[in-house]
Amino acid sequence: MSKLFIKCPRCKTTHFISFLKHSAYVCSKCGYHFRLDAPKRIKMLCDKGSFREFDKNIKSLDPLAFPKYKEKLEASMNKTGLKEAVVTGECKIGGFPTTFGVMDPRFIMASMGSVVGEKITRMLEFSYENYLPAVLVISSGGARMQEGIYSLMQMAKTSAAVKRLNDRGLPLFTVLADPTTGGVTASFAMLGDVIIAEPDALIGFAGPRVIQQTIGQKLPKGFQKSEFLLEHGMLDMVVPRKNLKAVLTSLLEIHSTRPYENLRGER
Amino acid sequence: MNKEIEREIKHLKDKVKKLKDRVLKGNKKEAKKIEPLIEEMSSKIQELERLNAQVKPIDIVRLARHPKRPTTLDYIRLMIRSFMELHGDRRFADDQAIIGGIGFLNDIPVTIIGHQKGRNTKDNLKRHFGMAHPEGYRKALRLMEQAERFGRPIINLIDTPGAYPGIGAEERGQAEAIAYNLYKMSGLKVPIVSVITGEGGSGGALALGVADRVYMLSNTIYSVISPEGCAAILWKDATKSEEAAESLKLTANDLLKFRVIDDIIEEPGEGAHTDHEETAKRLKSKLLETIKELLTKDLSTLLRERYEKFRKIGVFVEDMPEDPLVKM
Ligand SMILES: [Zn+2]
Repeated sequence: MSKLFIKCPRCKTTHFISFLKHSAYVCSKCGYHFRLDAPKRIKMLCDKGSFREFDKNIKSLDPLAFPKYKEKLEASMNKTGLKEAVVTGECKIGGFPTTFGVMDPRFIMASMGSVVGEKITRMLEFSYENYLPAVLVISSGGARMQEGIYSLMQMAKTSAAVKRLNDRGLPLFTVLADPTTGGVTASFAMLGDVIIAEPDALIGFAGPRVIQQTIGQKLPKGFQKSEFLLEHGMLDMVVPRKNLKAVLTSLLEIHSTRPYENLRGER
Repeated sequence: MNKEIEREIKHLKDKVKKLKDRVLKGNKKEAKKIEPLIEEMSSKIQELERLNAQVKPIDIVRLARHPKRPTTLDYIRLMIRSFMELHGDRRFADDQAIIGGIGFLNDIPVTIIGHQKGRNTKDNLKRHFGMAHPEGYRKALRLMEQAERFGRPIINLIDTPGAYPGIGAEERGQAEAIAYNLYKMSGLKVPIVSVITGEGGSGGALALGVADRVYMLSNTIYSVISPEGCAAILWKDATKSEEAAESLKLTANDLLKFRVIDDIIEEPGEGAHTDHEETAKRLKSKLLETIKELLTKDLSTLLRERYEKFRKIGVFVEDMPEDPLVKM
């Protein structure tokens, strides 16, 4: 049975879920942006019927035989109907073709293991091969500890793929949603040619609890939130969810022509 | 080392000794019967000794963190001629947790960079125990780009618990600094060799770890999270680090098996801390051999192979039938 109501975690207002849908899952009272799953994001941002999914059937193994990992994977698959924490594909946004990937925080906090790294790399390589821009909507708890060193290496793999894309004169646009932390922030998330964040999202490398334990003092108000990062020069813009599609469309439009061809060898 | 195994070994050794005595005293007929027995026991002893000598992951974690291990500055002193330390990221500060500079490896000019842990508390306060801020990674990248400009190979020595978790580090873009190193290093137009010389802690280690060859000294670790951090998350108990060290598969042998690293450099005796000179000698000879080989590669091969090296890392399964649980 699905729930009819949901409480805003920030202002505690109770919302009809069916109403929330019309406000892009943003609290009408306080502006809180509810966390979104991948299918909702696709619906919200991709032109109707334009999304074609890539690599639907890649699944994680348990290379370290890590305690309880297999069970965790299975539970996440059952809960979400997805095979992993990222959905990738190609689509049109505002009529402009692009590759598009979105992470789903319901799946082990959208942490990055081999499959997340592989799917994002393949998506970026598809962009590279087909001269398409790339858009990634990110939310992630960081590395997937249960895959150990394989997880860490996905940071290098995805970052190298972004570099190759850029070397061909193609852009990556990243949208950071709550929360974006750890190894995902320290790789493709911060490598966007334009980096957008949703309001009030937690974005950082180290988690706030770890920092607090290390330095033994209280963290400043708003620390590691979108607005804080904007102020410190780490983002290009903070965009409310309802404007996201329009902003992405503008970005894709302005990058759709290349007035001066300075990459002859590369393109 | 295991007390139980040691007792068993002693027990068997005593038995063998008694049997041997009997052979010496006894007649030939009896000796013929006893000798195979002795042989069998001896091989059993050998096997147990091998088992007993087997080091547990947590022991390697301790060795990797041993306070007397050679640091980057020790290796530089022992391997590099005419070393000149260069300072600062030209943006904000000179992070003492990562040091770097230029010099000669035999007759080859190189840029050498590494995490620097302190030898004592005062030194460690200055160096943040080898945990760098963004300016540390940015200094490293500045020196690497300088090396690229002048066609100099790059050596990175990795020994860090991880990137520094602090307010300033986050304000100045810890994540961006690491990400940008990974991004730029994947395309640097000179050979890069990275060696884990102690702790290879997470993103802070990888920020110096995108290379054409990655090696580990034999008593070092390379991991996505510290055993203590892992235990705290998994069992809500940081003291269970022994189990976590086991589960994370973070030793040089594990990583070589996974093909995440290219080779292991054996440490002398009980570990690098017991003989700095010999450790540096072995490291230097491996670096020389590797750099000489890499210098013969043309640029497009070098860069293609570097991309492929990281591109192929990952374990997954594709296009399987309905069965949701896949066995390896
Ligand atoms: Zn609200």
